[in-house]
Amino acid sequence: MSTTLSTERGAGVETPPESGPFRAGGGWRRNWLGGAAGWLWLAIVVVPIYWIVITSLKSRTTYYAQNPFAPPTDPTLENYRSVVESDFARYFFNSVVVTLGSVLPAVLVSFMAAYAIVRGGAASRFLRGVNVLFLMGLAIPLQATIIPVYLIIIRLKMYDTLLAIILPSIAFAVPLSVLVLANFIRDVPKELFESMRMDGATEWGTLWHLAFPLTRPALVTVSIYNGLTIWNGFLLPLILTQSPDQRTLPLALWTFQGEYGVNVPAVLASVVLATLPIVVLYALGRRQLLSGLTVGFGR
Amino acid sequence: MTGLAPPAAQVRAAPKPAGGRGGSLWWMALPALAIFAVFGIVPLVGVLVLSFTRWDGIGAIHPAGFESWRAVLTDPGLPHALWVTFLVMALSWAFQTPMSLLIGVFLAGRQRYRELLAVIYFIPLLLSSAALAITYKALLDPNFGLGAGFGIPFLAQDWLGRGNLALGVVVFVVSWQFIPFHALIYQGGVRQIPITLYEAAQIDGAGRLRQFFSITLPQLKYTVITSSTLMVVGSLTFFDLIFVLTEGGPGDATRVLALDMYKRGFQAYLMGPASAIAVILVLVGLALALLLRRLGGRDQSTSQMEGM
Repeated sequence: MSTTLSTERGAGVETPPESGPFRAGGGWRRNWLGGAAGWLWLAIVVVPIYWIVITSLKSRTTYYAQNPFAPPTDPTLENYRSVVESDFARYFFNSVVVTLGSVLPAVLVSFMAAYAIVRGGAASRFLRGVNVLFLMGLAIPLQATIIPVYLIIIRLKMYDTLLAIILPSIAFAVPLSVLVLANFIRDVPKELFESMRMDGATEWGTLWHLAFPLTRPALVTVSIYNGLTIWNGFLLPLILTQSPDQRTLPLALWTFQGEYGVNVPAVLASVVLATLPIVVLYALGRRQLLSGLTVGFGR
Repeated sequence: MTGLAPPAAQVRAAPKPAGGRGGSLWWMALPALAIFAVFGIVPLVGVLVLSFTRWDGIGAIHPAGFESWRAVLTDPGLPHALWVTFLVMALSWAFQTPMSLLIGVFLAGRQRYRELLAVIYFIPLLLSSAALAITYKALLDPNFGLGAGFGIPFLAQDWLGRGNLALGVVVFVVSWQFIPFHALIYQGGVRQIPITLYEAAQIDGAGRLRQFFSITLPQLKYTVITSSTLMVVGSLTFFDLIFVLTEGGPGDATRVLALDMYKRGFQAYLMGPASAIAVILVLVGLALALLLRRLGGRDQSTSQMEGM
């Protein structure tokens, strides 16, 4: 992999020991191949994103006439207007309802379960069993269960409602959330729990007054991870809803593309609008979001 | 997703037998258990049951014995779907792993500009698969897309119109989205390698290349396995992207297992055979996860999960 990394060993001797191998400065450690890959990747990432943004600002005629990568000669918000007018607000609202309606209950029940598993797992065989079940649940792919989920939703008379998306979304968020939250609750010093007990607090009280504040960063992280997954979810809305007024954003994008296929600038404007909330979130809390993305897999 | 992580949690739980205390807590796990049972466990069992029935998705469900299994297992579509699934998995692994490793090592440096680059790298992770597929579909248009933009004839091919090319596009788009994610995992792994190892190697006169292969890579062994497990098991679930990008086409060139299941179930309304494919999907996923765990060695991979 890193070939070309010839080293000027002479310079290496001068490198002060406290500047570790990944500090800037000590030229002898320069990673040429990694650097090349890094800059190349930057171009590969930036070009499509740049293209999405400029194209969404072009009129249809400009799109066909101009070089695709030239900035628009007549920037227009016309595409955005037509997207917003085709019921975009409705889909946006549906996505918000589905995301919040799934993430909040999912994190709440996972937090309670994680607390019970950590605090009661030693004494309760049932809780240990539940823990194993959730760990195995991590391996279940959503796609593989979609047919029975569809059947259950029909039988519950929930087909074509937002609740039909919400309930399975909660279920599939639980295993990973429990795993991550349990790991954090386990890090709370035992003495704190003991002193709460001395003061006569109930387990319910300890859950809310001790574990909750101490695991707040983990709760945020888990919420973000689940939120992003559900916001971008496509399969559940595709299978479990039908009518346009129950559409969530990813599904709406797909139908937009079917309807306005030739109007590429409008399609791309819808892509920008659907992604904008997450980009704003990313700008506000990048660290939280990234730790949310690698939740459970990092290190 | 590295699902079969053993119950590390349970082992680490305080061993002291606090009589009855666990008993007063069990109800707190009930809401999570209930919803997971109804929409996770029951469907997993249900899909196996449904694979032995005949159902059109709307009417009544009839028991049908091995009918679906016979139909699926004798259909040449199955080996094809398995092969395409394998290709997507193998190619995306082979492309993503070296790139993520390189970028991960690069990002492990704490220079300011690298942190800035990282901010940009992660943007693709924010897009939904549907948005991504729509974007690339337009960007790869032979007449108005990439090829026209750069004036390079090679880029102006009918990317989604030819089988092999379409498969390549799927692999590329997947990589475009997920390389930063895996690079992030590697970055974390690299930063945990003790600096003293490099200092010792430096004293011994080992070059940069040598250091990479005798320190960085061996130290990252378990990171590689974690990342590979996520890539491989995750590649079974590339449904959204392929569905919107190619719909399995052209022909059935990109018809992976998950798409095969969808088409049989929700387009041909053959829920029995579709369920049989779903069962195969689960089995393949489990087998792969187990295989990779075996490669990784039990103790180490659990300590990686605990590292959280």
